[in-house]
Amino acid sequence: MKRALHPEQPATFSFSTEMKARADRIIAKYPKGRQQSAVIPLLDLAQRQEGWVTKPAIEHIAAILDMASIRVLEVATFYTMFNLSPVGKYNLQVCTSLPCMLRGSEEVLRACKDRLGIGLGGTTPDGQFSLHEVECAGACVNAPVIAINDDYYEDVDGAGAWKLIEALKRGDKPTPGPTNGRDASAPIGPPLTLTDLPAPPAVQDFAAAKAAFEKAKAEAAAKAAAPKT
Amino acid sequence: MLADKDRIFTNLYGRHDWRLKGARARGDWDRTKDILAMGPDWIIDEMKRSGLRGRGGAGFPTGLKWSFMPKTESERPHYLVVNADEGEPGTCKDRDMMRFDPHKLVEGCLIASFAMKAHACYIYIRGEFYNEASNLQVAIDEAYEAGLIGDNACGSGWKFDLYLHRGAGAYICGEETALIESLEGKKGQPRLKPPFPAGVGLYGCPTTVNNVESIAVAPTILRRGASWFAGFGRPNNTGTKVFCISGHVNKPCNVEEVMSIPLKELIEKHCGGVKGGWDNLQAIIPGGASVPLLPKSICDTVLMDFDALRDVKSGLGTAAVMVMDKSVDLIAAISRLSDFYKHESCGQCTPCREGTGWMARVMRRMVKGEATLEEIDTLEQVTYQVEGHTICALGDAAAWPIQGLIRHFRPEMERRIRAYRDAKVRAAAA
Repeated sequence: MKRALHPEQPATFSFSTEMKARADRIIAKYPKGRQQSAVIPLLDLAQRQEGWVTKPAIEHIAAILDMASIRVLEVATFYTMFNLSPVGKYNLQVCTSLPCMLRGSEEVLRACKDRLGIGLGGTTPDGQFSLHEVECAGACVNAPVIAINDDYYEDVDGAGAWKLIEALKRGDKPTPGPTNGRDASAPIGPPLTLTDLPAPPAVQDFAAAKAAFEKAKAEAAAKAAAPKT
Repeated sequence: MLADKDRIFTNLYGRHDWRLKGARARGDWDRTKDILAMGPDWIIDEMKRSGLRGRGGAGFPTGLKWSFMPKTESERPHYLVVNADEGEPGTCKDRDMMRFDPHKLVEGCLIASFAMKAHACYIYIRGEFYNEASNLQVAIDEAYEAGLIGDNACGSGWKFDLYLHRGAGAYICGEETALIESLEGKKGQPRLKPPFPAGVGLYGCPTTVNNVESIAVAPTILRRGASWFAGFGRPNNTGTKVFCISGHVNKPCNVEEVMSIPLKELIEKHCGGVKGGWDNLQAIIPGGASVPLLPKSICDTVLMDFDALRDVKSGLGTAAVMVMDKSVDLIAAISRLSDFYKHESCGQCTPCREGTGWMARVMRRMVKGEATLEEIDTLEQVTYQVEGHTICALGDAAAWPIQGLIRHFRPEMERRIRAYRDAKVRAAAA
């Protein structure tokens, strides 16, 4: 997919007071003179505020971080989480990488397309939903996965995807995580491991360990110093 | 089976409190000050003796890596950077460690940084892990508040600052030098090595980049002793390991087990077996998308460790096991991985930028059989033209799955090509 700025751009951008405070806290994480490190987090803040990354936002961030705006543009176009065009209120991102594909992500994607009546990269006319295909979401043992904005919905099938969309349309907020009732990445069904919480492990004898370490070090030094025979 | 008392990640499934109070009850932050008092030399020696090999995929000995950092501090500060840009298809272990056991990572960051004389550490987490980053940030804030990290970490006199940095969706940033570039606010394009990060890394300063799991297991290893950890697995392949088993098993899951566990035992014990039974198995990718697949005949007996999998021309990688039963079109599966690498190539080196696209296009034709038999050889040759000819290992990672397919399933590829040709001839005759 071509990653370029949207042809229609707003005239201006500025951070809200709250976002500006967050931006200042982020910039403070990096050493003096290394404020460029904050470019990805600041683009993320801009996207959280506006829904997508605009040209005025890129220029504003460049000014804040004392960067050439082409460098900020480079970053915005390189990293795929930055939306360079407006997206819906709910951005559905269906993972179709191999582990999700093996467990039926094609069916999930089809259900999303059918229910929303849009194709990949599309947004519903009411601006509520966008649909994207993404590379590995990193929740492979809970495949297939749909990321909706910041949340992962896991162990989803076609019917489950349909139900998720229905719930969002009603204005509900479905609980993120596995949709089949299991605990995170644990195998479904009765637990085989971590059945109860073991007592904290015993700590080794540090004094003895230190003594052994010093002895070995002294022996190695003596050996190195000894004349070769 | 590994006993619960010997598991490091006792909250892997998030059944208990992940915050400081719960973490302490599970043994985290227990006598951390005493560990630091043992000194950097002892810590690094103990890590070496544990035999821990890096958990991010390459399997480089962690203690040895730490020892490459300059021994004395200079005007250039030292940095530890934790690679939490987990995105290798099949891999989802760091995610659980960060959201359910974040204090193991925070404590590990302090100890590792202290051992390498770093006063600052950045954790680079993939941007999609928003909720995981939130938990980890809470853990960092709790650790500051309790005086466990900060100006006088654990009362040791060591000043230590820990920062979380979120990425924004680029697989390549899991490569250590691309990660450093990204952390500096640039496109994630890998750097040429040498110089290695231990000499010239983040902001041009000595830097060590370690995977989340490598750092998160360190405090437990040091508390329980190197010999405890080294007692699991085989020589050169020691310890416990979190495996991620996805695909066609009855119960996909993450599970911590001993290194060198037989692959079949791992699947039968923890995942309820292969869908339709072990005989319905076709192939397994044992270590994340980058490593070559293995046919069932090898899966029957192979052990899950670095050396055993290397010996069968594959790799342990991140220990992400992707299981494929007989219903899978393997050519289509590998073609999907080729699409992944095409999408994720950073575009810097010509063999990778052009090669991943070329390989993906040819693989798409191979899926249909729309090719000649000789093109299988051409495809294989091209994979060797890409492999080893790029700055980073993404080119290799794109080449290996295809090489594995040709090595083990060439007859299937040939059958597909013949079937396509025959169908065309029949259509023309009709």
